[in-house]
Amino acid sequence: MNSSVIIFPGSNCDRDMDVALKKFGFKNKMVWHDDNELPKSDLIVLPGGFSYGDYLRCGSIAGKSKIIQSVINFANSGGLVLGICNGFQILTETGLLKGVLQQNKNIEFICKNIFVKVNSSENKFFENINKDILELHIAHNEGNFFCTEDELKSLEDNNQIAAYYCSSDGKIDDKSNPNGAIKNIAGIFNEKKNILGMMPHPERMIDQSLSGEDGSIFFENLLKNF
Amino acid sequence: MEVNEKIAVDHGLKPDEYKKICDLLKRVPNLTELGIFSAMWNEHCSYKSSRLHLKKLNTRGKKVIQGPGENAGVIDIGDDDAIVFKIESHNHPSFIEPYQGAATGVGGIMRDVFTMGARPIANLNSIHFGSTQHKKTKNLLRGVVKGIGGYGNCIGVPTIGGQTCFDQSYNGNILVNAMTLGLVNKNKIFYSKAAGINKPVIYVGSKTGRDGIHGASMASAIFDDKIEEKKPTVQVGDPFTEKLLLEACLELMSDKSIIAIQDMGAAGLTSSSIEMASKGNLGIELHLDKVPCREEKMTPYEIMLSESQERMLIVLENGKEDSAKKIFDKWNLDFAVIGKTTNSKNIELYFEKEKVANVPIKFLANEAPMYDRPWKKTKLPQKIKFSNNELKKLKFNDVIKKMISHPNICSKQWIWEQYDHTVMGDTIQKPGGDAGVVRVHGTNKAVASSVDSSASYCYAHPFTGGKQVVCEAWRNLVSVGAEPIAITNCLNFGNPEKKENMGEFVECIDGINEASKYLNFPVVSGNVSFYNETKDKGIKPTPTIGGVGLIKDYKNLMTMKFKSKENLVLVIGKTEGNLDQSIFANVILDEKKGPPPEINLFNEKNNGETVLKLIKEKLPLSVHDVSLGGIMIGALKMCIVGNMGIKFYKFKNLTNIYQYFFSEDQGRYIIEVEKNNLKKVESILKKNSVHFDLLGETTDKEIIINDEPTFTVDKVTEFYKGWLYKYMS
Repeated sequence: MNSSVIIFPGSNCDRDMDVALKKFGFKNKMVWHDDNELPKSDLIVLPGGFSYGDYLRCGSIAGKSKIIQSVINFANSGGLVLGICNGFQILTETGLLKGVLQQNKNIEFICKNIFVKVNSSENKFFENINKDILELHIAHNEGNFFCTEDELKSLEDNNQIAAYYCSSDGKIDDKSNPNGAIKNIAGIFNEKKNILGMMPHPERMIDQSLSGEDGSIFFENLLKNF
Repeated sequence: MEVNEKIAVDHGLKPDEYKKICDLLKRVPNLTELGIFSAMWNEHCSYKSSRLHLKKLNTRGKKVIQGPGENAGVIDIGDDDAIVFKIESHNHPSFIEPYQGAATGVGGIMRDVFTMGARPIANLNSIHFGSTQHKKTKNLLRGVVKGIGGYGNCIGVPTIGGQTCFDQSYNGNILVNAMTLGLVNKNKIFYSKAAGINKPVIYVGSKTGRDGIHGASMASAIFDDKIEEKKPTVQVGDPFTEKLLLEACLELMSDKSIIAIQDMGAAGLTSSSIEMASKGNLGIELHLDKVPCREEKMTPYEIMLSESQERMLIVLENGKEDSAKKIFDKWNLDFAVIGKTTNSKNIELYFEKEKVANVPIKFLANEAPMYDRPWKKTKLPQKIKFSNNELKKLKFNDVIKKMISHPNICSKQWIWEQYDHTVMGDTIQKPGGDAGVVRVHGTNKAVASSVDSSASYCYAHPFTGGKQVVCEAWRNLVSVGAEPIAITNCLNFGNPEKKENMGEFVECIDGINEASKYLNFPVVSGNVSFYNETKDKGIKPTPTIGGVGLIKDYKNLMTMKFKSKENLVLVIGKTEGNLDQSIFANVILDEKKGPPPEINLFNEKNNGETVLKLIKEKLPLSVHDVSLGGIMIGALKMCIVGNMGIKFYKFKNLTNIYQYFFSEDQGRYIIEVEKNNLKKVESILKKNSVHFDLLGETTDKEIIINDEPTFTVDKVTEFYKGWLYKYMS
């Protein structure tokens, strides 16, 4: 499976994502934001970081960068797009995904392990995944997902909510919500479910020496589904 | 403007220093020249009060590639890999404007590291605040933490460890010390020594503004009531630009275009240009109208003294200008050829075709004043006689609760959860352990690092305190299974013109030096911050030591969390029961006098090396050094992070339970071993003449003392983790 990770000025999880993808057997290429064209890819990843310093609004300037039109075309033609953290913020800024990511409720940056409950498995990302509660890692200042009631209803009706923050035993409650996200939403899909945006970082959880290994399950499963 | 003595004094120069300048030049300097002198002769740049004593430091070792004198120190960690590291203070700016002060402190130290060609791989910090009751403390803490996080998180370098202390001596003068470690190929290290004449001098990075003009002078001034007026001298950080600068510089460094490179830190363009020329014994000519400026009508004086952040000065090989410019264009950064190296040995500045300054470089560097300031020795305080009757009145459980939730002992999770500590995907020991540990990317090696200070000990007896801090750093590295290699020091002191403060400085250095030599733990970089006083009140002497060590196989990382129940818990090293200067004496008995715990360097080294041997034999399951709060706090922390309990055996050697559990005798570790490994452990300890005591055994949840259950681990965890969250909410 060929993947491409896009580097924006200020991206800082691009290398981590490259390491993770290669570890699980993806043939990965790094793509500079100023390029016109994407290399032939089955998966495009928008990595975490602070693209353009998060100035103006997280993800907004990256959402207008040169390469983005190619990403939009790729997504519209059904290609798989994954946005992690800042990548998720960029996807909402381009309109490929609904909603916005506001500042965390406690107005502080949060870096810690959290649990998410996988909600929707009728998609290439989570289909056949052998574990529905994953321990992942978050590191963000603006991860508080918000959308209008209508948008929320349509996300729910179309089964577009990818994962909810939950407790270690799967309870979805206020206590397990790290950033104030509406309904504990940690990640969402577009309608066709070929675009996934989520705040947690699976690429930081690919080795038992690191924060944990549930990220490996995510990548292995993704590769298997292809 | 005609320069005179008054203007010179306003620039922070002393009248006799001004006279020396006029004598050297054989004329009165113009304003720009005076500004340059004042910046270069300032304490911050010239180290005029400290140089004489810093020379004594032990800076050599088999693994030292570069000692003090460069942008940062460099050590060899094998296989052509080298670690570049340094700690630096940003105290004064952080007190005036906590967010920007702390942020630019982090930015500055990272630049020092990547200037040498290294990619930063870890950040640490040591921060000291006033009393938790003081009205400014909360806001300062919040601002500093946000500033450190705001910068480090954006750049994408993990903050893997640190230290936070509260003490009323910092009420009017907080400390913010930032440390960075970088990884470089040892054959591709870049230095600041210029070479060759007529080489282009290049300015890259952000544009120059009026921020931070005279920042270095401010850093060496004493605070008074007008401190708020100093806000404009605090620089403003832009981590995004720094990230671009980092990537652009590393890209340029991958070929052979750079002769010398220096970041523009304190005293900006002035110190960077003079330092490169001085080291290369050259002259330098700069055309200041070519400097990219972000404000209009900036004068040569302002351009030379601005401390705008995220800028670098590079001496390039001839003919490499175009290819270098392409790289900086790609990263959208300014790039300007602003001058060249010369053989004049002077710094010559031009502005709008006029020569605006011409000063021999040696006057600014070598001829800078150096003082042998008078200093006073501190007597070793008398030992305190603690009354047994008073101790008997205490309730043991209340003491435990008060100690474990004390601001200087409690968990700092509220702080480090705001720092991205996992980015770069190599953090194998997060904050909250004895030392932070990151893997050397793509290898089996890992680098451990910790920062420590012990201001109370240093205040009580600077010589002993100085030794203790070095030992503490050594012990923290040993506890994670790392072989300690070298240290960096950030020397935060009061006013060197007062002989008590100067004495604290001199004796702390002597202490640091003695321990550093004995442990073969050389100092490779550092920074001095004097004048940490407000309205005549100085801080406690606070040398901060950042230690770095190597774990050859990261899978052998040792942690402090108890692993499973019914294992034996041992204390390595002898417990003498000294309560003087312990946090117990201070907090529970309100006794602040007495000498700090004695340092026995032989035992320190022997105990540490033996613990490393045990770890190598894979005998301990967990290891933690005994520090603040003694055995009790050490053991409880192991319970808390392991979510387990401990049953303490009845102690034999001391009569008093408080002395046994809370004394801060040095050179000790707590280790957990399986019962059937005790014999092996015992024989290694005996063979190496290391004293040990059986402390107890691990339990499921209960903490049992004298056969009586006290707290569960959950309760103790609540005390330990709760305090700071409650305080900040």
